[in-house]
Amino acid sequence: MKNFRVLWIPAVLIVMALALWWWLSHETRTTSASTQDPALAALLKDPAEIAKGHYLATAGDCVSCHTVQGGQPYAGGRILPTPFGNIPAPNITPDPDTGLGDWSFEDFWRALHIGVGRHGELLYPAFSYTAFTKVTREDALAIFAYLQSLPSVHQPSKPLGLSFPYNVRTGLTAWRALYFKPGVYAHDPAQSASWNRGAYLVQGLGHCNECHATRGTWGGTDSKAQLSGGQIPALDWYAPDLSTAANGGLQGWSKQDIVDLLKNGQSSKGSAFGPMAEVVASSTQYLHDDDLQAIAEYLQSLPPRPKPLPDSSGFNSASLVASGQEIYAQRCANCHGKDGRGVPDVYPPLDGNSSVMEPSGINATRAVLLGGFPAVTQGNLRPYSMPPFAQQLSDAEVAAVITYIRQAWSNHAGAVQERDVIKYRHTPID
Amino acid sequence: MPQHNLMHRGSLVARAYTSPMKTTAVLVRLRLVLPWMLPLVVLFASGAVHADQLSVPDTLQQRIAACTTCHGLHGEGSPGSGFFPRLAGKPAGYLTLQLQNFQRGLRKYAPMQYTVRQLSPAYMREIAEYFAAQQVPYERTSVPELAPSVLQRGEQLVTTGDPALKVPPCQACHGKALTGTEPVVPGLVGLPYDYISSQLGSWRTGTRASAAPDCMAEIANRLAPADITAVSAWLASHDVPSNTHAQPAGSITPPLSCGVLDGRGNGA
Ligand code: HEC
Ligand code: HEC
Ligand code: HEC
Ligand code: HEC
Ligand code: HEC
Repeated sequence: MKNFRVLWIPAVLIVMALALWWWLSHETRTTSASTQDPALAALLKDPAEIAKGHYLATAGDCVSCHTVQGGQPYAGGRILPTPFGNIPAPNITPDPDTGLGDWSFEDFWRALHIGVGRHGELLYPAFSYTAFTKVTREDALAIFAYLQSLPSVHQPSKPLGLSFPYNVRTGLTAWRALYFKPGVYAHDPAQSASWNRGAYLVQGLGHCNECHATRGTWGGTDSKAQLSGGQIPALDWYAPDLSTAANGGLQGWSKQDIVDLLKNGQSSKGSAFGPMAEVVASSTQYLHDDDLQAIAEYLQSLPPRPKPLPDSSGFNSASLVASGQEIYAQRCANCHGKDGRGVPDVYPPLDGNSSVMEPSGINATRAVLLGGFPAVTQGNLRPYSMPPFAQQLSDAEVAAVITYIRQAWSNHAGAVQERDVIKYRHTPID
Repeated sequence: MPQHNLMHRGSLVARAYTSPMKTTAVLVRLRLVLPWMLPLVVLFASGAVHADQLSVPDTLQQRIAACTTCHGLHGEGSPGSGFFPRLAGKPAGYLTLQLQNFQRGLRKYAPMQYTVRQLSPAYMREIAEYFAAQQVPYERTSVPELAPSVLQRGEQLVTTGDPALKVPPCQACHGKALTGTEPVVPGLVGLPYDYISSQLGSWRTGTRASAAPDCMAEIANRLAPADITAVSAWLASHDVPSNTHAQPAGSITPPLSCGVLDGRGNGA
């Protein structure tokens, strides 16, 4: 099947590459004139504009991809793993040789809005421009002003870790035709200003859908299944469905629960860990309350989801559940409670927890193997932690206790089997 | 499996803070004799008897259950092997530095890297201070049987170094009594053979590194593999002095330049 699909790609590619080349060469001509604009130059130096850009860049979490662990902020170097290979995030400080020092605002706008680099090269969608395309020109300008105000750091970009054919950037033409629609967010007049603000942040700068949606074979997201949850390729974490309506991943979450999670890293329904802890720690905890309320309002308007199909595997989990219940009583109930309700502000509940219930079982499995701390935030400076059980429980025991928590109390998710645990025991942590 | 008597560890009495967490003091009166791996978990189940609402001690020790599961409730480390290293009594500056190095990926051990990833600098410092303040007696650990000449070679490296290999004496930085130097040079006494040799090995393979210039990487690479065995064996069989506190800061002149000592040193 897959092989047939690959065959037609080169032909489509060539046609599209030509079309794009023509289009870009025309685009470029129209842009260079505006770079001289003195009003624009003044705006880029305006402290109010820079402060606004700082806030927006935080909402976009630019710093987390564009900074290597322990490195200089925005100086690039972090490697983003994808199923196609490794893509390093470049230096976006104003260094003229290795960063954005020589870039005009038009160059920046094209990168953010249409995913095209300064020399017309197509950028890989590991850079979330499929979401950032929704950002207004005004906001993009503020972000650019902020980035240009940073101390410049000389740090050359790392080489691409992709092999043929993925290292040929023109190969992205076909991908873009299928999965990328450039366009600024369109205000919905039927909805409140706050709802629109929430939709703008979630779909645009927040790039929530980059993780919280299922990706197909070619790494694109299905536009019909926005925010309906999916496994993050190459990371092996599951970002759950974000609907709070019937059968949604966040069913039963109040507005306040969503605000609490994004601000403090924990809520009465669960805590943020793994990649979500990073999102909260470096981005959403800094958002103003009205913006967090707006995000919550928008998420609460997502539609109900179809009822999950009944388990057709014919796997009988009764004995797993029985031994899992015993392990739970000995190892887990002291923190999460016999009733699975946790301890408010200390230990998350497991009853109704989206990471316990998500379809793959990956999150609960890895949470139990790895233990650890949720996000450290201004609202939760010294969080409690969970012991790792990787050394204490066998694969079969982990499968049993996870299956138990997925089916105890009001939970009703499928079993996790020993072979699933084996798969995730040695997943790299990045 | 060695047993730990947790009764005498008085810090189980929760400080009843006026915090929003409605903490109740929990006093563990039972004499608990527990297998090493699960001190916290089992203790919790039997001590904090729960009705509807669990009461959770508002202590740092309770917060860092992740760390103590591997390193022990007081940072005593895994007995014998040192696979989970002892943290108790090591200089706080040194422990903080290691946590930062794991966070930055300079020092590699995936479960540690995952655990510290989220921690803020202030929280890491607080946790390091907790372990630095713990007082746990040292245990003798096993050392492979080696010829006396090997141990002599080990002693020579520790006390006089080897000018031919450009290896300075370990004492020059780790202190005359080998109990370390504040704030960031750790002691070398009371460490198990396996731990010392595996750390020197990881500096050679790059799974452990520190701020450049990385003097320990320099030294580990100048030592021959047989020297690593010799020096590790001598250190692990050396008696632990009665005073194990690190020497005061500024009491050494490092013979090599170390990034973590602000690059001070005599070069070479
Ligand atoms: C999910 C990770 C991620 C996030 C979040 C992210 N970027 Fe990037 N960005 C990348 C990667 C990876 C590339 C390189 C793409 C390539 O090589 O094709 C990139 C490329 C860029 C480029 C092009 C630089 C060049 O030298 O060609 C710019 C400009 C940029 N990003 C700005 C931003 C801004 C502004 C934000 C926040 C609003 C942001 N990025 C957020 C990963 C990210
Ligand atoms: C880098 C990937 C990534 C991005 C970007 C991301 N998330 Fe998540 N999110 C996850 C993962 C993985 C989880 C599951 C782990 C957990 O529950 O913390 C999650 C969980 C959540 C949860 C449920 C938390 C819980 O305790 O059950 C909410 C709510 C959420 N995300 C909202 C958002 C919003 C809103 C955005 C955009 C502003 C966003 N996420 C962006 C990866 C991501
Ligand atoms: C010492 C207290 C403690 C014990 C014992 C404990 N946990 Fe946890 N658990 C936590 C804390 C704190 C978190 C939040 C930190 C995180 O998600 O990394 C958590 C998170 C989780 C999560 C992810 C849910 C979320 O919203 O963060 C799952 C699943 C989980 N625990 C299951 C278990 C199971 C199963 C056991 C027994 C095998 C167990 N826990 C034992 C404290 C504990
Ligand atoms: C899964 C078990 C595990 C967990 C959880 C864990 N550690 Fe470790 N830790 C280790 C191992 C194993 C090493 C030794 C790694 C090596 O060989 O470099 C280590 C090394 C260290 C070191 C360096 C010791 C030295 O003398 O150089 C410090 C400090 C440390 N851990 C502190 C912590 C703290 C604090 C936590 C909780 C935030 C923690 N660890 C959680 C297993 C663990
Ligand atoms: C020039 C000063 C210097 C000399 C000489 C020196 N060390 Fe070190 N050593 C350090 C510093 C600094 C550290 C902390 C390194 C870090 O940043 O992780 C250290 C750490 C260590 C550690 C890690 C301890 C732990 O708990 O993980 C070992 C083992 C060690 N040194 C062994 C030796 C041996 C053996 C010698 C002699 C052959 C030696 N050192 C000589 C400066 C020195």
